[in-house]
Amino acid sequence: MARLTYLDAGRVALAEEMRRDPTVWALGEDLGRGGVFGQYRGLTEEFGPDRICDAPISEACILGAAVGAAMMGTRPVVEMRFSDFALCAVDELVNQAAKARYMFGGQSRVPVVVREPVGMWRSSAAQHSQSLEAWYVHIPGLVVVCPSTPADNKGLLKSAVRCDDPVVYMEHKSLWPLEGEVPDDPDFMVPLGQARIVREGRDVTIVSWSQQVNIAAEAAAKLADAGISAELIDLRTLWPWDKPAVLASVRKTRRLIVTHEAVSVAGFGAEVAATVAERLHGDLRAPVRRLGAPRIPVSYAPTLEDEVRVTADGIAATAREMVGPG
Amino acid sequence: MVEDARSNSDVERLRRHHRLMWRIRAFEEQALRGLDEKVVLGAIHPSIGQEAVAAGVCANLACEDILLSTHRGHGHTLAKGAEPLAMMRELLGREDGNCGGKGGSMHIADFSVGMLGANGVVAANIVIAAGAAHAVKLRQEARVVCCIFGDGAINRGPFLEGLNWAAVFRLPVLFVCEDNAFAATTRTAAMTGGEGPIVRARAFGIPGVEVDGNDVLAVESAVAELLGALRTGDGPRFLCARTYRLTGHTGADPATYRPKAEVEARWKEDPIARVAAHLRLAGVPETELAADAETGQAEMRRAYQQAVATPYPRAAHAYADVQDVGDPRAEAY
Repeated sequence: MARLTYLDAGRVALAEEMRRDPTVWALGEDLGRGGVFGQYRGLTEEFGPDRICDAPISEACILGAAVGAAMMGTRPVVEMRFSDFALCAVDELVNQAAKARYMFGGQSRVPVVVREPVGMWRSSAAQHSQSLEAWYVHIPGLVVVCPSTPADNKGLLKSAVRCDDPVVYMEHKSLWPLEGEVPDDPDFMVPLGQARIVREGRDVTIVSWSQQVNIAAEAAAKLADAGISAELIDLRTLWPWDKPAVLASVRKTRRLIVTHEAVSVAGFGAEVAATVAERLHGDLRAPVRRLGAPRIPVSYAPTLEDEVRVTADGIAATAREMVGPG
Repeated sequence: MVEDARSNSDVERLRRHHRLMWRIRAFEEQALRGLDEKVVLGAIHPSIGQEAVAAGVCANLACEDILLSTHRGHGHTLAKGAEPLAMMRELLGREDGNCGGKGGSMHIADFSVGMLGANGVVAANIVIAAGAAHAVKLRQEARVVCCIFGDGAINRGPFLEGLNWAAVFRLPVLFVCEDNAFAATTRTAAMTGGEGPIVRARAFGIPGVEVDGNDVLAVESAVAELLGALRTGDGPRFLCARTYRLTGHTGADPATYRPKAEVEARWKEDPIARVAAHLRLAGVPETELAADAETGQAEMRRAYQQAVATPYPRAAHAYADVQDVGDPRAEAY
């Protein structure tokens, strides 16, 4: 075990995969100087500028080139800088990467990892703060990953690199400095599609992912102090998502809160809520609750930015309402 | 076009082009009949009148070289060596089509002959081609990548991003703008600022030439020269082949937006007729020229009949080849 930040865990994961497999390479803006957040620091020195490839500010070409290079037997890791900028490459991701294998009848695979840092971060306003994970879960062909801890950022990134499908890999910007224990083993992997039970509980299940897991953990701690036992599940991947884990938990607690940083309307929480309602309706002791952002853009001023946050207090209050007095 | 085909090898070359161009023409005419018969299911985009570009470009490509094409890609695909039966089956949405019936005309690919796909999105193939060439360079392979797109593509961002990328990384990719004068049903000239494709390519430092795209030997020799430079590692090259789309945008488009006289005049520049004229001058008998046409037509008729007799894919096939992780055969909802 080593104590690493979320950012360094991702960096170590990529370096290990590049050592293991010479066909893995990374491309994106500013990678030669370590990437905009430092996720690629030191990698050019080890792997050279061909494999840590600096790119022009051309998101469509970065992603499109990765698709072509993946069809030709390499495994590109694409850096999109901010998930908001990946919207300049939606055709390349949705119409090309996600469709090529299918529409060509299985003749090709597109093993690309598209790293898209998401989420609110230091007054970054409407074009640098979005959480659009639900968009990609909607697209057949894509795998969607939203790690929340340093260990997961290592193990899931390694799984993503080894995956033959296109993977949208969404790291949360506010998690970069988060420290945690991370296994040293170069074959440490976290399987795609397997949730993590962050905390076991009896009274209510809280499902979340990415940075919101940490906020939900804070809520669960508050609830414990108030005598309510919350089970917290970190989905880790949104497609595929670990339905068995969620259903098993809700069968036990018979209450579900699903919370995410993204806009609540048509967010992935709706999918989780609908699935639980379809399968466990009669077992539920309270209506399913979704806690996401209001349908407004993210602002710059802290007072405005905070309006879209789902807080630990908010989650705890909802749980208390659902569980009821005593 | 060369004034006359003097040497035997020139005659042989022209004859090969004549046969291939007839195969392409016959394939598309058969596909259009299939559309009338409602057996070809979706949209098809004929390249009738543009066969010299496909033949002239692909004459320079080996099987291991890579080709990316457009929604108007039947000719390119046949010229790269794909089997017409598999292509016809794909147009009919049948089993054993190139894409198992999942793609249709606009997504035909045949990776076994280095054809990485037609594409339904204009200009999308340009950035993919840049990436394919990037991989070729990273892996230090000897092959080259050729990307054919239409004149409409030069007004999309991926054209600019892809050309810049190829120039920056000095990639082994030949860009071919097949300029048929129309972007769907709009005259491209009316929608294009500046002087067009070649000037834009040169602005990125990519050397390029323009040729009469209805002159198959001119296309072939221009591409030979460009690929010669490309194969030495000298970075990308650009060809603008001026041609004319003799049919509508799709099989269903009567193209009434242009005067009949214009189209009639353009038929006089039919690239197949031009090849035939040179072969005639070189002494090839009329019967042989007719036989080239008939051979192509018979081949495509057979392909069509066989395709018609091929079943549609089983419904369960809809779930295959989506993805490994989160495979819809395990979980589709």
